[in-house]
Amino acid sequence: MRGGSAVMPPFQQFLEANRATVYRFLTVAVGPQDADDAFQETFLAALRAYPRVREPDKLDRWILAIASRKAIDHHRGAGRRAVPTDEPPERPVHDPAPHDPDDPLWSAVRALPPRQRVAVVHRHVLDRPYAEIAELMGCSEQTARANVYQGTKRLRELIA
Amino acid sequence: MNTNDLKRLASAASSSARARRATDELTERAVAEGLVDVAVATMDSPIGELFVAVTPTGLVSVAFEDEPRDEVLERIVRQISPRVLEVAAPTDEVRRELEQYFHSQRRSFDLSIDRRLIGDFAWSVLRATSRVGYGELATYGQIAARIHRPTAARAVGRALGSNPIPIVIPCHRVVGAGGSLTGYAGGLPRKQTLLRLEGSLL
Repeated sequence: MRGGSAVMPPFQQFLEANRATVYRFLTVAVGPQDADDAFQETFLAALRAYPRVREPDKLDRWILAIASRKAIDHHRGAGRRAVPTDEPPERPVHDPAPHDPDDPLWSAVRALPPRQRVAVVHRHVLDRPYAEIAELMGCSEQTARANVYQGTKRLRELIA
Repeated sequence: MNTNDLKRLASAASSSARARRATDELTERAVAEGLVDVAVATMDSPIGELFVAVTPTGLVSVAFEDEPRDEVLERIVRQISPRVLEVAAPTDEVRRELEQYFHSQRRSFDLSIDRRLIGDFAWSVLRATSRVGYGELATYGQIAARIHRPTAARAVGRALGSNPIPIVIPCHRVVGAGGSLTGYAGGLPRKQTLLRLEGSLL
């Protein structure tokens, strides 16, 4: 489709093309326990906005930008979500995630500030260039570099 | 730590099976929130795999397996919405009635139709065609006469040939003047199978 109005791919096709990358990103960016929920929130937000999207050639970056915002908001909300109630909370039954929860790397990743954590995952898990990380996170390239640098440094300190 | 450790962590905890399961829950939530404009599903039938598309308004498309899937989808995206998801529940009723039809347990469909892929003239033709009952036949000329366009037999043929909802809108029941089967968008063998099923053809 050149010129004319580029036609959007059906959402199903867009979902299949991007779900593995988005799931991989979120698994590390919010942790395996919350990855499913963040994954659904990300694609539901995309589905709501989908009819208004005009650039079908940039969908892969668009969905990662949404996932980045969800990951950052997720950590901001993590403190607020603990609301005291009389009722014991209903615990969703999840298969234990197939990873070693004792892996010190997980707790190190969890200890990073949200923006550093997201930037580090884009850089070291998805191998994105800094210019793209800046675009995905809505910041300058310099800030993206600084976030990756600080986050990586902090991870090394925590693991050491 | 080196950065490969992070990749290992990601791979260990995210498998395609987990992503697929998260997708199943996602589609359920999407339907519950009313965000699916077009639900699509496939089903087996005696005339090959059928690809059905359903909107909140009704059945919008039934496609045979040799129609290029991306062309069918592109038409749906352009005319209706790009919010197309593979999800079974909204298509259950359509698939159930088609199953019954193919098992000779149903002679007419109780399905609401979404006519957004059908132009005005074509709709008048297809509406008249819908009144040709199970086991009956009509000629192109008869359909033309029924819509008060007695000279439009060829335009009638074209409208039938572009019927986006075959089987349910029974364009297979329209034949040439001498009873010849003439054409069918899904190919003559399918038309013969459907008419044999209905007992109009030996």
